Amino acid sequence: MNSTVIVFPGSNCDRDIAVALEKMQFKNKMIWHKETKLPKSDLIVIPGGFSYGDYLRSGAIAGKSLIINEVIKVANQGCLVLGICNGFQILTETGLLKGVLLRNKNLKFINKDVNIKVIDNNNKFLKKYKNNQILKINIAHNEGNFFTNKDHLKELNEKKLIAFKYCDENGEINEDSNPNGSIDNIAGIFNSKKNILGMMPHPERMIDNLVSNTDGTNLFSSLLN
Amino acid sequence: MKFSITITLKKDVLDPQGKVVQNTLQNLNFKNLKNIRQGKYFEIEVNNDDQKDVEKKIDEMCKKLLVNLIIEDYKINKIS
Repeated sequence: MNSTVIVFPGSNCDRDIAVALEKMQFKNKMIWHKETKLPKSDLIVIPGGFSYGDYLRSGAIAGKSLIINEVIKVANQGCLVLGICNGFQILTETGLLKGVLLRNKNLKFINKDVNIKVIDNNNKFLKKYKNNQILKINIAHNEGNFFTNKDHLKELNEKKLIAFKYCDENGEINEDSNPNGSIDNIAGIFNSKKNILGMMPHPERMIDNLVSNTDGTNLFSSLLN
Repeated sequence: MKFSITITLKKDVLDPQGKVVQNTLQNLNFKNLKNIRQGKYFEIEVNNDDQKDVEKKIDEMCKKLLVNLIIEDYKINKIS
């Protein structure tokens, strides 16, 4: 599998995701945002960080960068795209994913390990997880409060496009287990074709027991088969 | 020509910053505050005398970059 990580000024999880991808045997390339051509890729990752210092809105400037036009083109042709944290924000700004990520409800930057539940594993990204499996994954964001309109929310539920929801250690999905105010505790969503996944939690930080756990590993190994 | 753009959150979008500002002003004894919403303000100067054309371009700027239409509304005003 060939993967490509897009790097913006202010990206700061680009190397972490590269380490994760290479550990899982992806052949990875890093591509600077000013490039106008993508290498042949099976997976494109838009990493976390603070592209352009979060100027205007998180992800707004990166969402109009030169390389993004190419990402939109191949994404519409079915290429797999994964946006993590700021990458998720960028994907919503490009329109590849619907909805928006607002400022956290408590107005605080939240950096902690949280529990999330796998809502639907019938897709290329999550097939190695079980439905309702609870994962402990790190979040680190100021704007992770997912919001969308009623029609899109209905579509997300009916077409099974919700990847993860925040929950507690027993899997309860409620206001107490919602760290940032996201509508229906949503932590990650797919586009309607399920080739694009945007998520606020950082699976690339959960690939090694020495530093955390390995709950993120199956996301990458799912993509390999 | 100079124009201003005022961007505000749509009415049903939660504005936690506005809420905190409101609470703080209330703590400073500004009573009878009904509601505060925080927004963004831009001033744009353009070298073009065709007002209709400029307004069209500024509207395009709003739609393409400055405003996230899912959560924000905007108003364009001519300053000079």
